[in-house]
Amino acid sequence: MTDVKNLEELFQAKIDAELKIEPKDWMPDAYRKNLIRQISQHAHSEVVGMLPEGNWITRAPSLKRKAILLAKVQDEGGHGLYLYSAVETMGVSREQTIDDLLSGKAKYSSIFNYPTLTWADIGAIGWLVDGAAIMNQVMLCRTSYGPYARAMVRICKEESFHQRQGYEIMAVLAKGTPEQKEMAQDALNRWWWPSLMMFGPTDANSPHSAQSMKWKIKRQSNDELRQTFIDRTVQQAEVIGLTIPDPELKWNEATQHYDWGAIDWTEFNNVVAGNGPCNKERLAARNKAHSEGAWVREAAVAYAAKKAKKKAA
Amino acid sequence: MSENPNNWPLWEIFIQSKRGLDHKHVGSLHAADADMAIENARDVYTRRNEGNSIWVVKSEHIHASRPEDAESFYDPADDKVYRHPTFYTMPEGAKYI
Ligand SMILES: [Fe+2]
Ligand SMILES: [Fe+2]
Repeated sequence: MTDVKNLEELFQAKIDAELKIEPKDWMPDAYRKNLIRQISQHAHSEVVGMLPEGNWITRAPSLKRKAILLAKVQDEGGHGLYLYSAVETMGVSREQTIDDLLSGKAKYSSIFNYPTLTWADIGAIGWLVDGAAIMNQVMLCRTSYGPYARAMVRICKEESFHQRQGYEIMAVLAKGTPEQKEMAQDALNRWWWPSLMMFGPTDANSPHSAQSMKWKIKRQSNDELRQTFIDRTVQQAEVIGLTIPDPELKWNEATQHYDWGAIDWTEFNNVVAGNGPCNKERLAARNKAHSEGAWVREAAVAYAAKKAKKKAA
Repeated sequence: MSENPNNWPLWEIFIQSKRGLDHKHVGSLHAADADMAIENARDVYTRRNEGNSIWVVKSEHIHASRPEDAESFYDPADDKVYRHPTFYTMPEGAKYI
């Protein structure tokens, strides 16, 4: 038997050579644990992320917007499934992963614990929340674990319409009546800072980041991704005549980036700890859907058994 | 796998993107039986016309080579360069070969 230290060196050599790690390869326990946590959190975020948007499907302002929103929400359900499958390749059962979400043990992105108060929030979510998610997901297309990277490639192909439909909603509202423009601005005001928080703690306060970078699970730091997102989004806001709610926002000639104000990490920690405006509601909705769907799962198994019996006879 | 008899088994999904091409593995999903696996695969993996034919195989029926043996397992191919057409020298002037 090769000893563990040797295996770890071989593993790291593979990573350094940009070779993907596949499910049956040897991997350090901590790598496996880290990925199970990260991929399942990501899957839960896709699934819980359907709730704030689902809130507006029946009230979309036109049939066209309704069809678009339905398609987007269906995509997010699919994203959840791709990712749950990737978790499963690490030897955790689907049931276990879902149970961890339902019991509140597992986390999901805190952004989905904010409410969608107006139609403009659907615009802001597509533009900012999907926009921020895309930054992260494009990076993850090159992550070191094969099944996760492949799921990400698939997801990224589907994401770009999500961001564009959101930005278009904002653009249309911003060009509309003063009330509509006001509504778009209000949505931007409420979603801007939580969107920046989506990139996670600052690099200085992100203890696991260095290891994740060494294992090439992550390939860019939280602060780098956040800065790129800000630089791109400020320009997009200008184009549609909306104002980023940050009085300290200023172009910096020397760095060729925007300088910007400080994130309220107390709010972030508070929402992560379960005290956001919708934490309880979201978890209750998932639990309700899961228990009310139990008969469907049972019926499908019974029906499959009946069909198999008929076939055999 | 879990003990709960109401859990649907796992299926591996293969999709042919175009007539004439190979079916390619795209991922997996849970379904009560093969018919349902095919329907779910359509919804999960072909929302944008990614394919025109779907194969589903219960994951437990997939057998795989072992990665730790990879080197010796594929060894026999290493010293058989004569399996590649470029190994051979063709006489000057011969066409269509
Ligand atoms: Fe998504
Ligand atoms: Fe999305």
